[in-house]
Amino acid sequence: MSAAAKIAVEGLEVTFKGSGKPVHAVQGVSFEVREGAAFGLVGESGSGKSTVLKAIAGLVAPGAGAIRIDGKPFGARRTPGERRAMQYVFQDPYGSLHPRQTVDRALREPLAIHRLADADARIADALAGVGLDARHRYRFPHQLSGGQRQRVAIARALILSPSILLLDEPTSALDVSVQAEILNLLARLRKERSLTMIFVSHDLAVVAHICETLAIMREGRIVERMPVGTLRTGQALEAYSRELIAASRGYVRAAAT
Amino acid sequence: MSEAPLLEVEGLDVVYSGRDGATHAVRDVTFTLGRERLGIVGESGSGKSTTGRALLGLIAPPGIVTARKLAFQGEDLRTFDDRRWQAMRGRRLSMVMQDPKYSLNPVRRIGEQIMETFRLHNPGRRSEAKARALAMLEAVRIRDPEAVFRRYPHQLSGGMGQRAMIAMMLIGEPDVLVADEPTSALDVTVQNEVLRILDDLVLARGMGLIFISHNLTVVSSFCDRVLVMYAGRVVETCDAKALDKARHPYTRALLAAAPSLDAPQAELSVVTRDPDWLA
Repeated sequence: MSAAAKIAVEGLEVTFKGSGKPVHAVQGVSFEVREGAAFGLVGESGSGKSTVLKAIAGLVAPGAGAIRIDGKPFGARRTPGERRAMQYVFQDPYGSLHPRQTVDRALREPLAIHRLADADARIADALAGVGLDARHRYRFPHQLSGGQRQRVAIARALILSPSILLLDEPTSALDVSVQAEILNLLARLRKERSLTMIFVSHDLAVVAHICETLAIMREGRIVERMPVGTLRTGQALEAYSRELIAASRGYVRAAAT
Repeated sequence: MSEAPLLEVEGLDVVYSGRDGATHAVRDVTFTLGRERLGIVGESGSGKSTTGRALLGLIAPPGIVTARKLAFQGEDLRTFDDRRWQAMRGRRLSMVMQDPKYSLNPVRRIGEQIMETFRLHNPGRRSEAKARALAMLEAVRIRDPEAVFRRYPHQLSGGMGQRAMIAMMLIGEPDVLVADEPTSALDVTVQNEVLRILDDLVLARGMGLIFISHNLTVVSSFCDRVLVMYAGRVVETCDAKALDKARHPYTRALLAAAPSLDAPQAELSVVTRDPDWLA
């Protein structure tokens, strides 16, 4: 374990037990992310990429393995400070904001939970940081566009000044022009606040744009880790990685036709 | 395209009137479709899906569809009443929707749903309907058609469900298929398998395909021609292979805004909308 790792995941296992047979969603996943880096987790539906993110955030309990932040493992219960240092942005800006709460109230909630003073000033700052202003502050989610909602979700995450941002498909519900604005915003915020990011997506081009290194997942395991250059050239070691990269470059007509 | 087009659309308009005035969802759209893969791309609200629905007479009131010409193999679709649409839809003109989770009936078996279209147009031929349904499931490369025939939608994966929907549309052997984001809910590897099935149908059966999508990579690699829609209008029509050489500023801006695996960009360019595009 290198000392510089901001986030270290080691031998992570997650199993979901329901009424049917247990689902072994994450199987022995290990990786490290150094401070200020952006790490991508890519894969198809059911590959376990979102579950890894949820386990890091403490939203699902791992069956085995260790998650360390700055070298420190989490205890049985996370402290408020640990929770505050790590914030989450979800895929669907339509589903992740309460439909009957204004933007102001959505941003006030995390401040109240963590008992932070100066709520009014912090909310104004957080909105300005994501390119929104006072006009948006007392609106309801349905009065905002998809891109504006995702900005609110990002503001809600950043209002606690976390050092780690966990992003689960933050742009896949958005149009390509809006996606460009949000990706630019994330790149800027990352630089300004030296954030460490884990970015989960099925879109390889988006991950290549944001991250320096990534891992390709399939059926709960990491198939291959690679620097983004390998993703761009398509010269991955594993057959599955090469297949996934080729498929995401578009449709190729069979040679016979 | 030397032979007569399958579909001729001229000056298509769709207007929804409401309390706050009229919304002009589709404005003066003109194109023809031959035995080819025609892509329609655009962002949310550009009118691409509304155009597709208008072609099948699926715009419900208060929506109003008008056109100077709307003809399917020479027949004037503007004069159609409900009965004639019933006879047309599913048999000669079909549509595949985006998400099998919402478009399949959750409480009926896949096989019954596929047979329904055939039996509606060919009453009383139940055993033939079953044989045809199984053949269609095979045509969309489902390995065990008998098993899938008996399953309910929730027992199928996304890719399987989408194939079942395509099978359902194909049983009537339509001449034109409108596919509205048929692969957007699917993983990329599955997406390409579904595209291959559609591709074979166009090539082998000479079907005309309208492929509606927001995904420029998919459309440019799969289609023959592409219509680019913005705010209800077709702003540009181009050869799919030459989409990267598109000339309209909106098309160029869309292409530039999408991150690319081949060309790393420090910052993505943002689409600035010119009011002149609406003129």
